[in-house]
Amino acid sequence: MTAAAGARRTPGAERAARTPGALWPYLLIAPTVLGTAYLLLYPLVRNLVISFQTYGMGELIRGGAPFAGLANYREILDDTVFWEVVRRTFWWTAVNVVLIMVLATLVALMLQHLGRRTRLLVMSGLVLAWASPVIATTTVFQWLFSSRLGVVNWLLVRLGFESYENYSWFANGSSTFVILVLLVVWQSVPFAAITLHAALLTVPAELYESARLDGAGAARIFRSVTLPMLRPLFALVLCLEVIWVFRCFAQIWAISKGGPGDATTTLPVYAYRVAQSLHRYDLGAAVSTLTVLLLVAVLVVHLRQMFRQEGEL
Amino acid sequence: MNRTSASPVTHARIRRLPLHAAALLVFVLSVFPVYWMVLTAFKPTQDIQSQTPLFLPTSVTLDHFTKAVQADGFWLFWRNSLAVTASCVLLALIVALGAAFAVARLRWKGRRGFILMVFIAQVAPWEALLIPMYVIARDTDMLDKLSMLTLIYFMITLPFTIVTLRGFLTAIPVELEEAAQVDGCTRAAAFRRITLPLLAPGLLATSLFGFITAWNEFAFANMLIIKNQDDRTLPVWLSSFSNVFGTDWGATMAASTLFALPVLVLFLVLQGRVASGMTSGAVKG
Repeated sequence: MTAAAGARRTPGAERAARTPGALWPYLLIAPTVLGTAYLLLYPLVRNLVISFQTYGMGELIRGGAPFAGLANYREILDDTVFWEVVRRTFWWTAVNVVLIMVLATLVALMLQHLGRRTRLLVMSGLVLAWASPVIATTTVFQWLFSSRLGVVNWLLVRLGFESYENYSWFANGSSTFVILVLLVVWQSVPFAAITLHAALLTVPAELYESARLDGAGAARIFRSVTLPMLRPLFALVLCLEVIWVFRCFAQIWAISKGGPGDATTTLPVYAYRVAQSLHRYDLGAAVSTLTVLLLVAVLVVHLRQMFRQEGEL
Repeated sequence: MNRTSASPVTHARIRRLPLHAAALLVFVLSVFPVYWMVLTAFKPTQDIQSQTPLFLPTSVTLDHFTKAVQADGFWLFWRNSLAVTASCVLLALIVALGAAFAVARLRWKGRRGFILMVFIAQVAPWEALLIPMYVIARDTDMLDKLSMLTLIYFMITLPFTIVTLRGFLTAIPVELEEAAQVDGCTRAAAFRRITLPLLAPGLLATSLFGFITAWNEFAFANMLIIKNQDDRTLPVWLSSFSNVFGTDWGATMAASTLFALPVLVLFLVLQGRVASGMTSGAVKG
């Protein structure tokens, strides 16, 4: 029974199975499996091991790190700074993801109602933002928000907010945080919007047609037709964005290195700072392990979504 | 548009005004930072320093580009980035093609498990693996080596490449290959002559994605290349622009433009294919 089901899923598969050389598939996937084992699984395990050892500068050079049991985890979990970082990471993720999803949905709906030419124009703009390399954009945002000659300060002063004359955004914790949010949202909305727009296109026009004939208004159509059709992909994009924003490192490091002070230190940045500046690789590894555990919770939801979408597995 | 044709034309125009205003706003917001980058790169320094920003080009200069290109090591880092990116993309394509073929065309024990592994690898928390990677690189004498970066980038891009190629492969009817086999081709020849050419857009789209990921990667390059500064890649160099150019925004923007250029060109040229590749990879395999 399973064989028949399998054959229905991939037409060529059953015939292939009968041919000799059953080793072929395994040879074909061997490099992938080896790569994953050495470059993904091994680092994960190594990270776990280091987090249970005493691993500082000396152990890095000489080797032979002694096991320390749960000492690193105890040290981390007793540290109020760590809990502050965890809280900040959740806050960071929530703010970014909510903004990204709301804006992306609005943009996707807007795209759907635009004429062909305008839509193409807006889409090209979105693709341009999407394609811009992270570090290039990061540099540009530093220029846009530069205290002297920055175009944002100029605009704010022109709009009547005199206090922004030569305002230095990067000297203050919360304004640096705001800039990072703006940067990440600007970079992430295009992907989410374009994907959601593609999903909207798959909603059959007849559904809208018949809903309209039944006398449904725009709001009702959105709730009863668009939303249910959009839900699976919406969940997928949501999960991806949560994962991406949660792990975000490059933007934060390039703009503020987690500062000023601790103001923009999220978990990945914190792990890096602990490991690199204090040479406490053990503590950094413990933080990384905790980060992975937090992410796994999200990942499980995401993978279930993914599998539901991939009905033909 | 169906809807508006039902109501009177002028009424529709007015109703669509907020819509078009929103469209304009979205367009301006998404384009402006890129536009400002390019504009600043071409502006003479005195225009950059004018108290009221100039939003349109009045006079154009290439001074900033000259300065960026002549900065210490620019070409070296550019070459490093290109070498790492190209080799990781090539490696990922070859390895992924084999795996995607096995998944899409063959049936074997453990196939489900393998797909699950690829999906999990696709969302691997790379940023949390900086420390073990550093330790491993140090233990195996791979610190400060571009080959280590290449291997890591290969692994970062591989899962997506497999998933996307598999999507493209399933879309190509297996009957085409079988027909060629009936006509006397071997299975390998049938794949090479029939399927591979049809797969070209898929290969293009996936390698483009790999290119962008590797070209942009910052965290590992920043962590693993420390002592040997000659082996740095462009993103790390650019992130420390203030050490290089100080507050010379013209030169900084010129360097950013040169860094972004390859990606933007590739992306805009292949826009349609990429979008379809993205959705076929991410959504319905």
